[in-house]
Amino acid sequence: MSTADLTARVRGSLVVARKWHPAEFVVWVMAAAAFVLFPRQLLLLNEIAILALFALSLDLILGYAGIVSLGHAAFLGMGAYTAGLVALHVTADPLVGLVIGMAASGLLGLVTSPLVLKGNDLTRLMVTLGIGLLMLELANSLGWLTGGADGLQGIAMGKILGLFEFDLFGKTAYAYSLTVLFLLFVLARRIVHSPFGLSLRAVRDNPLRAASSGVPIPWRLAAVYTLSAAYAGAAGALLAQTTQFVSLDVLDFHRSADVMLVLIIGGAGWLYGGIVGAAVFKLLQDWIAWFTPQYWQFWIGLFLVAFVLGGREILHGGIRALVARVSGRRGGGS
Amino acid sequence: MTSLTAPGRRTVLKGAAGLALTTAFAPALRAQGEPIRIGLILPMTGPFTSTGRQISAAVNLYVQQNGASVAGRPVQVILRDDTGVADVTRRIAQELIVNERVTALAGFGLTPLALATAPLATQARMPMVVMAAATSVIVDRSPFVVRTSQVIAQIAAPFATWMAQQGTKRVISIVSDYGPGHDVETSFTAAFREAGGTIDNIRVPLQNPDFSPFLQRVADAKPEALLVFVPSGVGAQFMKQFVERGMDKSGIRLIGTGDVVDDDILNGMGDAALGVITAHHYSAAHPSPANRAFVEAFRKANNNMRPNFMAIGGYDGMHALYEGLKKTSGQGGEALVNAMKGMAWESPRGPMSIDPQTRDVVQNVYIRKVERVDGELYNVEFHTIPNVRDPSKR
Amino acid sequence: MTLLTILIDGIAYGMVLFVLASGLSVTLGLMNFVNLAHGAFAMVGGYVTVLLMQRLGVPFLATLPAAFIVAAVAGLVLERTLYRPMYAKSHLDQVMFSIGLVFMAVAAMKYAVGSQQQIISLPSFLLGRFDVFGVSVGRYRLFVIVLCGLLALALHWGFVKTRFGSRLRAAVDDARVARGLGIPVTALFAVTFAVGSGLAGLGGALGVELLGLDPTFPLKFMIYFLIVVTVGGTTTITGPFFAAMLLGVADVGGKYFIPQAGAFIIYGVMVALLILRPEGLFARSRS
Repeated sequence: MSTADLTARVRGSLVVARKWHPAEFVVWVMAAAAFVLFPRQLLLLNEIAILALFALSLDLILGYAGIVSLGHAAFLGMGAYTAGLVALHVTADPLVGLVIGMAASGLLGLVTSPLVLKGNDLTRLMVTLGIGLLMLELANSLGWLTGGADGLQGIAMGKILGLFEFDLFGKTAYAYSLTVLFLLFVLARRIVHSPFGLSLRAVRDNPLRAASSGVPIPWRLAAVYTLSAAYAGAAGALLAQTTQFVSLDVLDFHRSADVMLVLIIGGAGWLYGGIVGAAVFKLLQDWIAWFTPQYWQFWIGLFLVAFVLGGREILHGGIRALVARVSGRRGGGS
Repeated sequence: MTSLTAPGRRTVLKGAAGLALTTAFAPALRAQGEPIRIGLILPMTGPFTSTGRQISAAVNLYVQQNGASVAGRPVQVILRDDTGVADVTRRIAQELIVNERVTALAGFGLTPLALATAPLATQARMPMVVMAAATSVIVDRSPFVVRTSQVIAQIAAPFATWMAQQGTKRVISIVSDYGPGHDVETSFTAAFREAGGTIDNIRVPLQNPDFSPFLQRVADAKPEALLVFVPSGVGAQFMKQFVERGMDKSGIRLIGTGDVVDDDILNGMGDAALGVITAHHYSAAHPSPANRAFVEAFRKANNNMRPNFMAIGGYDGMHALYEGLKKTSGQGGEALVNAMKGMAWESPRGPMSIDPQTRDVVQNVYIRKVERVDGELYNVEFHTIPNVRDPSKR
Repeated sequence: MTLLTILIDGIAYGMVLFVLASGLSVTLGLMNFVNLAHGAFAMVGGYVTVLLMQRLGVPFLATLPAAFIVAAVAGLVLERTLYRPMYAKSHLDQVMFSIGLVFMAVAAMKYAVGSQQQIISLPSFLLGRFDVFGVSVGRYRLFVIVLCGLLALALHWGFVKTRFGSRLRAAVDDARVARGLGIPVTALFAVTFAVGSGLAGLGGALGVELLGLDPTFPLKFMIYFLIVVTVGGTTTITGPFFAAMLLGVADVGGKYFIPQAGAFIIYGVMVALLILRPEGLFARSRS
């Protein structure tokens, strides 16, 4: 088989993979329909959308490039503080803050990417963890800039596009977050089903072979790490803007741990894992906490253990059966 | 009947089931008999669990003692856990306002949690009773905030002045590197310097198991007193290491704000805590009949758990709300805040009032020493500084 | 000479970290299992000591073997029941599993014993300080150094000089080949996990006085264990030992000389070390 043929076949398969599966439309329509179906839960849905975006950013490096990170909150925090500071000192326009937040986080990702290129899984885990913790300490020390433990005060967001004001019920917040999530998702989907995305998966599956095939690994990894950081920064900016508050907690270890759990629950490597995982995690947490305000941690822990020991197979098997029944062909946006 | 859990909240877990379609919610029914709901947001899990535990127990006790109805309407307290995370506090507050249609919000275990919620209180014209958080700025953030706990500056500044008056000239402060720590350091230092003393400041990281390097520095510098502020549970650790190095015998006296000898854990701290002098607004050993009754009732209802200053903040917060609601016949909003302004009463802690201008708490500050009474360790008061306002708002 | 006092304080701190983390190092190296719940076994050991002392009046020294045994038994039971099915799964699943276990342990402890800090009263011969050649040394810290030092030597000797140790090292290097040579790898896993958990329990018991104990202990200290294991590597006993020493001394020393730097030091040192030597300070290169 000639190179030209092979290239054509690969490109062809990418085009096919990019086609939208009907089940995907259902997901997004349902997300939009939530406005009508759950008007009193929009704040919670806003949090889910933001967490989903954060998990999507982690999926880009974890699911597609195989980089394990326990410090992804560093980028969430960078985006949040940047957007908050922009709103306080530069302009209250949300979109401007969002873009600047993404840029700042992306830059941080680019700068720190050399640190995650070396070493094995455990090393990377620890380096990213260390960086996350350092960022937290830094934010604590720079109290004059970040507001320290009290957080950034007095953020008042302007109207989105000059039209939509942030309201008490979370309508604007959820619409904003959902739109940003959707647009960034579409972009990510396109990138993942491209030659670049394929090369990432090659690196993830067999770095040695990828390198010997001529894939410039450091550059690819740096690129996806930067992109992932920018996405996480977007999630942070949304968080700051929709809650109009940023505190040190946004850089806390539990954020990194939570997003990791979300992605594991939803499944890494198929882009929808973040969305599914975020919804399940948040709803479960909220629901259980309502029943037992004191000991909900126990039930979450039990859920995680059971999930990993066999629950996931049952759940995914069930979903797959349902999808097969609905559409008649095997599918999913992988 | 009192209920500390959310009764009528309908949470739908799965999506497409197409249940109740209420696109707009029904207009508020302020008919007679409609319960008055109070949203109590506390950290029930996470590192500040003890705050939540103490305050919810105190609120429970108050409602039990005073009946679950005010102005002819039943009172419902809805307790929600914010895990000590500010965005969660804010979201829960929003949900309580919009979905549960509460008449007032209460609780707020830490400063960032209160600060995050304040703009919401203004926007929704919702009275917000702060029962724990202690930074000065909180009451400035919204005209709807009323505080019944304490203000750090209110405690630390007069304490510094008193220390200087007692003849202490050189102090070193060790505080944990976070909000409340910084506050104690700032207010104490300013007041102490103004009174003519000298003080050096050391900050320790919040997560810090071993104090030896910091204690060593203090031992090298040999001040007259060491002021310490660390999070609630850590105080015991600190004191043990202090005693272990023999520093209690080296002439350095250990002082602090009452947070370090919190009644909740004081008795377990052992002899290392004996003789520590602190300043605070509440001690379980306060010798008034009202307090004795309070402590006894609290212990009985909570498995012999001793109430601490967090509990009294919750107890008095409920008092303010109840009395306010009686004055407004159950109305909330601005009327309720105005009703609480200027209120004065005899609390188990001593006399206290709500400043009508700042809506902040005005109370006595007591200087106490840790002593063994009837086999248990208590903070025994020996000096009173009456009617202290937040000095940073002169 | 305060410098020496600080050094000794740092070494004592490092010793406790070593005992706590050594079990994790071996199980990670042996079973390639990321067990973030290791801290939970330490917590169990700590609470065994506290409860035995407070409720039954058992003297401190006698509680130490009990802490080891209870934690080891817990480890053995959990290994056979819950951990076994997890060996084949991905690292991420293992992380999630162990975090789930930690949550359960933390909440269960809080429910059973309450969330307050636990305080013990050491026997009087362990309180106070010695004056050794002009250097002031805490008795308890000296005790910890001596005990953990002996433990480290015993572990090293066991690892390097005994038959069990050589089988263990073989299994760490290549489990498949080891099995092929007739080494009972499964039994080895079980025993090693039990011993590792027991060591964690002992470390937790020793740490009550130095590090404090409350239900959130596993979460708070997980980071320190991971630092020791990552920097020290998983193929030797000496690696984590020196890593723990280095970190203990750097942490304590750093805070003494530059208190403002505080927490930056330990994280900064770790990140720097990992950048310079990604496989850990003492790892032999693996092909």
